[in-house]
Amino acid sequence: MDEIAVRFEHVSMAFPGVLANDDVTLDVRRGEVFALVGENGAGKSTLMNVLYGINTPTDGRVFIAGREVTDFSPRTAIGLGVGMVHQHFMLVPSFTVAQNIVLGREPRRGRAFFDNAAAESTTRRLVAEYGLEVDPSEPVEELSVGLQQRVEILKTLYRGAEILILDEPTAVLTPQETEELFAVIRRVVREKNMTVIIITHKLYEVLAISDRVGVMRKGQLVGVRDTSQVDEQTLASMMVGRPVLYDHLEKTGAPGDVLIQVEDLTVRDNRELTAVDGLSLSVRAGEILGIAAVEGNGQSELIEAITGMRRIEAGRVTICGRDATGLDPGAIRALGLAHVPEDRLATGVSRNGTVTDNLLAGRQREKRFNRFGLARRTSTIQRYARELYERFDIRGAGTDSAVGDLSGGNMQKVVIAREFSFDSPVLIIAQPTRGVDVGAIEFIHSQIIARRNAGCAILLCSADLDEVFRLADRIVTLYEGKITGEFTGEFSKDEIGLGMTGGRRDKEAAS
Amino acid sequence: MLEDILSSVFSPGTFNQMLRSATPVALAALGGAMTEHAGIMNIGMDGMILMGAFFGVLGSYLFGSAAAGVALVLAMGVVVGLFFALFTVKFRSDEFIIGTALNTFALGLTSFLSRSIFGTAGTKGNPALPVVHIPGLDSIPFLGQVLNDNSLFIYLTWALVLVMWLFVYRTPYGFWLRASGEKPETLRTAGIAPERMKWLASILCGILCGLAGAHLSLGQLQGTFAEDMANSRGYIAFACVIFSKANPAVAYGAALMFGFFDAIGLRLQDYVSSDLTSTIPYVITIVMMVYVVVRSQRRKRRAGRRLSPRQG
Repeated sequence: MDEIAVRFEHVSMAFPGVLANDDVTLDVRRGEVFALVGENGAGKSTLMNVLYGINTPTDGRVFIAGREVTDFSPRTAIGLGVGMVHQHFMLVPSFTVAQNIVLGREPRRGRAFFDNAAAESTTRRLVAEYGLEVDPSEPVEELSVGLQQRVEILKTLYRGAEILILDEPTAVLTPQETEELFAVIRRVVREKNMTVIIITHKLYEVLAISDRVGVMRKGQLVGVRDTSQVDEQTLASMMVGRPVLYDHLEKTGAPGDVLIQVEDLTVRDNRELTAVDGLSLSVRAGEILGIAAVEGNGQSELIEAITGMRRIEAGRVTICGRDATGLDPGAIRALGLAHVPEDRLATGVSRNGTVTDNLLAGRQREKRFNRFGLARRTSTIQRYARELYERFDIRGAGTDSAVGDLSGGNMQKVVIAREFSFDSPVLIIAQPTRGVDVGAIEFIHSQIIARRNAGCAILLCSADLDEVFRLADRIVTLYEGKITGEFTGEFSKDEIGLGMTGGRRDKEAAS
Repeated sequence: MLEDILSSVFSPGTFNQMLRSATPVALAALGGAMTEHAGIMNIGMDGMILMGAFFGVLGSYLFGSAAAGVALVLAMGVVVGLFFALFTVKFRSDEFIIGTALNTFALGLTSFLSRSIFGTAGTKGNPALPVVHIPGLDSIPFLGQVLNDNSLFIYLTWALVLVMWLFVYRTPYGFWLRASGEKPETLRTAGIAPERMKWLASILCGILCGLAGAHLSLGQLQGTFAEDMANSRGYIAFACVIFSKANPAVAYGAALMFGFFDAIGLRLQDYVSSDLTSTIPYVITIVMMVYVVVRSQRRKRRAGRRLSPRQG
């Protein structure tokens, strides 16, 4: 039972300018679920990339199933039974599920030919064996994120993985998909005696799924505990290095004028179906309106319509008293709106751009950054970027490094830093802390409240209900593109839950 | 008059000319399909064709046989492919710059060597590739005249289209090739270096473009080399690659379409200024590119009303 699946001995990993892993020594036992937690940039992913052979450690030794790894490559790691599901999926969009699963180890017909039928039947067998329902012949680009993750897991199983690494697997999942994933993890551990290492930020998930938990901070492993012996508070303080208090956030001031006004808005989704259905809402200065909805009920489309990223079929959007209907995103921003988009990789940052460029984006034409609109004032820009970098506590290899090299949480801080720096009266914030660690969440929340207290009208949309409860002054529930309830004062989880599942609307329909 | 034109345009000769015009473009497009799948934007095909044309003739001239010319072209294709991959894959230089540099370099090198070896007039009448006569095919009217008695590479191209199509869509290596262009990390995490597939694609492209050039100089023009004889076929091949989404069979079809209009242009020269008719292939290329843009726009629109890109 206490057989060692993976052993790290004094492993260090240095990148230019960063010591990502600092003398890490750790044993993971066969047949356990081991959770690895830590703030963004603490070195969890780096350590797992060492195990998977993507990184060759600068120092130290790694043993997999008792054998020392001498040649660090994914091929070797796969051969030793290690499988990894990356945070960003490693799937070829145009290939089918089966083709993705067998990639690199294809069944062949004759010597040279790819045997698609065998690939699909093998996939079907794996699907049945592990209960991970998915259609083998469907192109991966047609699948939802949750299903794509299943394909990733199936891929590692096909390659004979006995040690499964999951890098922030729940960051992109809905609560229900998360439950299904956990059921799968429990099953493979119990029935196949697999070892699962799960990297996560969400402490309640650690408590829900893991047997043991290791906490990393600034590249070091600061402690390993039996999960049954810890609670969220203990873990959070280990991660941050000081006690974390989930204080009540101080809210001051009274709501002022209406700054966001949405009237009878109708918007269609990518499949041309009505996603937002005649919806009206308004947000006042100094007020946070939270949207509580299960994913896919029109909240993304609503935000895209308000910010000019999606066509409006009918209705009106007014920002700061001026009509914003049908304007392009730039023009809407000029009315006084800033936007933290839900998908930071797609619309929040330019991954190849430097931190400086990303922080500057949107104000590059300002006089103080230009000489006669021709040349950049490099030193002014540098100073400006460095100031934001420090004020928003972004951690990485400096302002000149590419944003794509930052961890997810630090990338989000770049987005928040840029958008909040505009001091605009209207803020649209979607998923502000998705895939972000505890310390950064605390920081981001306090920044949001600071903007509210300064008189901002804020529309907040988050899949994390606790976040909505914590920040919002007022909550509306959204179901199938319609508002099903509005709540102020003391929020009741039950009532809001009912609104999110369309409960109230059903009652109306029945009467 | 109109009747004359029509009967001239839709004669077996036109369709035979279509095959001839299409084949060098098709061979190069097959090569371009490889680099395209590997995620390399290759605008250097024109230079590769030109070098193939020159070294084919040079080999034929030096060793007195077209086979030797083709052998030299194969070797040259590998070298050019390695050279192209060295910069685009290993050094990760800008593909557009390297492609342009290759075209300019090829033009300069072949002109220089041609003048040094053959003098300013170029060379002609070197041992050429054989014309293939298929007995019995003549008995089929029209089709026989189109398909029979063509230069060897026209038939070779048919075989290569099939082979490359099978390679891309029916072998594991084809899947690796496509993965290396579409999402290289997937291949790396599967334990296969995507760079290896990119090198391979680049070498195959060098060889196929070289063969395209050899067909021009040793096949179509019977052992002749003239400066800049690729005449932008590499760019038309590139258009075929984009149009066909790098599917070898579709790319061949696109090359045939180009060849057809080229042939019509040649026919119409008797009636209209040749300055005008010779623009037809390029006009067609532009039309093809417009179609590509419209197609991708339409797909985007079908994908939804979201006006911004979304992370896949």
